[in-house]
Parts: sequence; C-alpha cells; structure tokens
Amino acid sequence: MSKFRKVLALALFAGLAASPAIAKKVGLGREALPEEVAAWDTDVRPDGAGLPPGKGSVKEGEALFLEKCASCHGEFGEAVGRWPVLVGGQGTLKGESPEKTPGSYWPFASTTFDYIKRAMPYGNARSLSDDEVYAITAFLLQMNGIVKDDFVLSKENFTSVKMPNVGNFYDDDRETTEKAFWNKNPCMKDCKKEAKVTGHARVIDVTPEDGKGVKVE
Amino acid sequence: MSNHEKKGGQVPQPDLSRRRFLGAAGAGAAVAASGGVAFAQGKPDPLITEIQDWNRYLGDSVAAHPYGKPSKFEAHVVRRDVEWLTASRESSINFTPIHALDGIITPNGVCFERHHGGAPEIDPSKHRLMINGLVDKPLVFTMEDLKRFPGRTNKIFFLECAANGGMEWKGAQLNGCQFTHGMIHNVMYTGIPLKVLLDEAGVKTNGKWVMPEGADSAAMTRSIPIEKAMKDCMVVWAMNGEALRQEQGYPLRIVVPGWEGNMWVKWLRRLEVGDQPWHHREETSKYTDLLADGRARRFTWIMDAKSIVTNPSPQAPLKSKGPNVLSGLAWSGRGTITRVDVTIDGGKNWVAARLDGPVLPLSLTRFYADIEWDGREMLIQSRAMDDTGYLQPTKDELRKVRGVNSIYHNNGIQTWLVRANGETENVEIS
Ligand code: HEC
Repeated sequence: MSKFRKVLALALFAGLAASPAIAKKVGLGREALPEEVAAWDTDVRPDGAGLPPGKGSVKEGEALFLEKCASCHGEFGEAVGRWPVLVGGQGTLKGESPEKTPGSYWPFASTTFDYIKRAMPYGNARSLSDDEVYAITAFLLQMNGIVKDDFVLSKENFTSVKMPNVGNFYDDDRETTEKAFWNKNPCMKDCKKEAKVTGHARVIDVTPEDGKGVKVE
Repeated sequence: MSNHEKKGGQVPQPDLSRRRFLGAAGAGAAVAASGGVAFAQGKPDPLITEIQDWNRYLGDSVAAHPYGKPSKFEAHVVRRDVEWLTASRESSINFTPIHALDGIITPNGVCFERHHGGAPEIDPSKHRLMINGLVDKPLVFTMEDLKRFPGRTNKIFFLECAANGGMEWKGAQLNGCQFTHGMIHNVMYTGIPLKVLLDEAGVKTNGKWVMPEGADSAAMTRSIPIEKAMKDCMVVWAMNGEALRQEQGYPLRIVVPGWEGNMWVKWLRRLEVGDQPWHHREETSKYTDLLADGRARRFTWIMDAKSIVTNPSPQAPLKSKGPNVLSGLAWSGRGTITRVDVTIDGGKNWVAARLDGPVLPLSLTRFYADIEWDGREMLIQSRAMDDTGYLQPTKDELRKVRGVNSIYHNNGIQTWLVRANGETENVEIS
C-alpha cells in the first residue's frame, strides 16, 4: 500500500485501515455464481478437463457438417476458395507448401472440440449442442483417417484418441538454438565484399494500391 | 511508471553528422535539386505575395469538430488491408501506415487491427470480467468495479503481431513497410496490473497458467504462464488517454508486454487460472513455428529485436538530393533498444543511428540518420540491438535456422533499394 493511499485510507476509515486484513483484499466485485461460471467456462484441455457430458457418431457428424460447415470448409473438409482446409495434409509438413490441418498438424483432438464449440460455425458461434460438437469432431477425425467409420466419440473415450503429429512440437528454444544472434560486437566496416540484389518485390508485386486489394485466387 | 521513465540519455547517441555518414558525398550537395514545390528562380512566390483565402476568411468554428480528425490533406494516412490474404474481412488484418508516422506513439485511429470474428460493439455497462478456475474465490467485475481498483498505472508498450513480415519468408513480396512491417503499434495504456485482480481472487498454489478469453464471436483464448501474468501484464481500458477503440478491445483488453500480439486478448471477459496450458487453437494450429524438419516450436511468445527504416521506403520515396532524414523504428520484446545501426551500401559499412525521444523498454524506439544524398543507388538496411545483446539477424541467417515455412517471428533485416530517381523498392540482397 502506497503512502498516499495509506494516508487516504486512514483519513476515510480511521479505525479500519489499521487492520492488515483489510489491506489484503480490496473487496471489489462479487462472487461468481456456479451457473455463471458454467455458462462461460466451456474450455477443454488435452487431458479431457472441461469436456461436457455427451456423445456423437461419425455418421451424425457427416450430416451436420454438410448442413452447417461444408459451405465454407467443403463437403470433404477440402475447403471452398480460401476458407480453411480441415482435412488432409498428412506428409506435407516438411515440403514446400505444408498443409496444416486438424489431422496433419494439430497435436490434440481436444483443440478441435474446444474450437468448434467456442467459435464455429463462423458467424453463428455457440449454436451447436454438445452432442453435435462430439459428432462433428468425430467426423473430422474420421475424414483425417484417425478413427473408423463407425466411431462414436464421447466424454468417456475422448482421451483415447491420439493425434499423429503430437510428438512434433517442442517448447521455444531460441535462446539455445539461436544463441549466435546474441552478438554485442557486430562488424561495422568492410563487412562484406559485395551486396547484390537477388530478389525484387516488383517481380511478384501483389501490393495493394489505393487501399484496393489485388485478387489472387 | 518507474523504469518507464528512463530517457534516451543513457543510450550512446553518437553525433552522426551528414558528412561523416556519407563521407565523399559532400560534392552531391552541389547538384542537389531544390525542394519539391515549383518555384521559378528569382520570381517572387505568389503564395507569399498574394493574400490567400485562409488568410482572409474565417476558419472553422470550435463547434465544427467536436471530435477532431487529421487534416483532409492527410487522408492518405490510413490503415490498409490486403484483400486476397484471407477469405473473410471479419477474420483479417490491416496495417499501420508506419511510413507516414513519426515519433514513437501510434495514433489510435491508425493502430493496425486483427480480429478473428469481426470487431464487436459492446456496451460497457453490459460487459463483465470473470476470474475463475484455481482461485480461492471466483469473481465477477463490472467496468465500474475495475476502474475503482487501487494501483492504476500508465505504461507504453509495442504490440506486434507474430505474423508481421510473415509474407516475406520466401522472398521480397510486398512493396511498402506498411505491409511488410505494419502489424505493429505503440500506445500508452491505462489500467491495472493483472496481478491486482489475480490477488483479489487469490490464486491457489497449483495455479500455474492464466487463460484470457474474449467476449467476441471468436472467443479468443491463449495460455499465459503465471510468472508472466504476475510480472507485468495489465488489464486496460484506455489507450493514449482515451477509451480503447472498438477494434482494440473496447471496453477491456489484456496487455502482455513484449509478447506476440495474439496473446493480448481483446474484449476481455474471462481469466481462468489452471495448472496446465490449454493448447487451444491459437497456440497449436496457429502461432506455432513450423521448421524445415517438419517439427514445430510452440510457446514462442517473445518478440525478438527488430527494426525497419520507414523513410525512405516504397510508399515514401526520396524526392530530392541533398539533405534527407533517414528514419525508422526499432523494438525488442526482450528489453530496451540500446543501439540501431544503418547502412546504405547493403551491409558493407554501418554507422550507429541516433535514437531520439523516450527510449523505453518493450516500446517502439525512434531512430534517425541525417544523410546527404548525391543521387546514387542505395541499399538501405537497419539492424537493432537490445540490452540483452541480441542483434537483429539477416533474413538468410534466420532462414538457415528456421527454413521458410514458419510464418511467424520474421525479424530479419529488411533491405530497401533506393534508385537514382528516388524510387524505393523492397529487395533481397546477397
Ligand atoms: C461462413 C464460413 C464458415 C462456416 C459456415 C464454418 N466455418 Fe469454420 N472457419 C471459418 C473461418 C473464417 C475460420 C478461420 C477463423 C479465424 O481466422 O480465426 C474457420 C476455422 C475453422 C477451424 C480451424 C481451422 C484451422 O486450421 O485453424 C475449424 C476446425 C472449423 N472452422 C470448423 C468448422 C465447423 C465444424 C463448422 C460447422 C459447424 C464450421 N467451421 C463452419 C469459416 C467457416
């Protein structure tokens, strides 16, 4: 507590301010009710924490996906236009144009469930029931070759689903692998023999003019 | 404010005279064309000899602009977007016109925007902030509650999108620093330390992570380690002295100094404390850095030191020979900028630029080099160093470690080719 506030508190609440317990909690806000926490706390973790009760089959998921998702993400999750691709991409991560999908890249199935429940369908978020989210997640897992056609995804069996790319993530290691970038005495004079232009933006110029974008499909 | 009030004085600021910088270029001054405006030698300038309308008639009244806007002659200084970048403009980005700004503070109306489900319009009287999870007592606050908390503070921080420069990994692509480096802004925030709120709820001993969540249709979530949350994160309602703009999270956002912009959740409605990270979409599908071997780095939160020459640049070419001001911005998520070097010969020789204005930690820092241009082609670059000794790498040095598919965290040195006519282009050099 700063000196000023102490003085002020003393002035206003003479007796109370002397008690150290008061200084600890400001006492603003109110306790959140269980119903309120339940309404907003819908997040799901890889260990299954946060999963709601429910279940849904690949088959149910397919029908729902065609109805609510395919207009942007394509009937097979291959995407319409530049909307995100949701299926495929396995084996592309080391290549020239990696395709990062929930199947090829995402480390955990819980992420797909959590994200669809919180943010999809785009423009009508939080309109799906929990059973519908289970079913659509099951369908996307099946399309990505992770579960079988007759799979029924549920709160109970959720953590048994293993994603193929889970082992390929590691924590930020820049401070060791990029140690060479710490250099307090950089070269200032005659640092290299020549500097030749090797690439121009102009060749593939896609810079928008006057606020108008260039359509590149 | 404490360490925020340090001024530039402590940083070495060599006196960089024009002559020292370009050396032999002194002769260039003789052939330099005069300023841009048409002016016939020897004839009086009618703008001076004739009475102008604005010198005769009354100007606007004080009632004309209850909320003032920049002059109409500055109408080109606006955020721009790249339409083909995303499928939907509600989940897209636009860019700060850094080529047309100066100093270190970004005006609120041109701070770049990134949202994932449009910028919602939220009545502050209907906004709530909840803290739940591993706390002694889950709490709900109104905006009024938050503004009554002791410990209110003002701090200046840069916010950079981790994808700033993301389109340039495979080569020079966009002609303009607004597009290559414009996913950044720097404003003064007013709010309270996140720690104050967490202490009020009482974080349990196993509370190791904090997850902010947005109230918008994307309900953005990220996992922040508790050490960072307690150290310098803020919950804020104002920027540059006025309420947050709608597109910057009105009425409430979280500030995560020095770390990638995606974590600075806007329209903040909930903070959950947990014992593990959540591995949500924005920290798995996005904001992980795919390397050449097919593996990916995650939790690459810190924005490394970076700098950009904003003038000249493709949208702000050189117009005249003779004296010119080379200007730019530098920043580091690891601390304070201690030095910026600039080159005009593509990195053969460098000189230290002059840091000007407040030099604050985790803030944009302005640099200048006063040059004398004789009309020769230049390959201009800048490189920043921070107080940890981190030196901004070249693009090739970065590519060697990271490949070209990591999208995020491209802090490589930018090159501008200035042609003899002053036209400036985004290039890559050997
Ligand atoms: C109107 C178009 C539209 C519809 C309909 C739609 N989505 Fe999306 N979807 C998007 C957009 C746009 C994004 C990216 C949002 C962003 O940028 O954050 C997205 C992202 C996703 C992602 C994450 C992709 C990634 O690579 O990170 C998943 C998974 C997804 N949608 C699933 C669904 C499901 C399931 C449905 C149906 C219930 C659905 N979407 C309906 C437009 C749509």
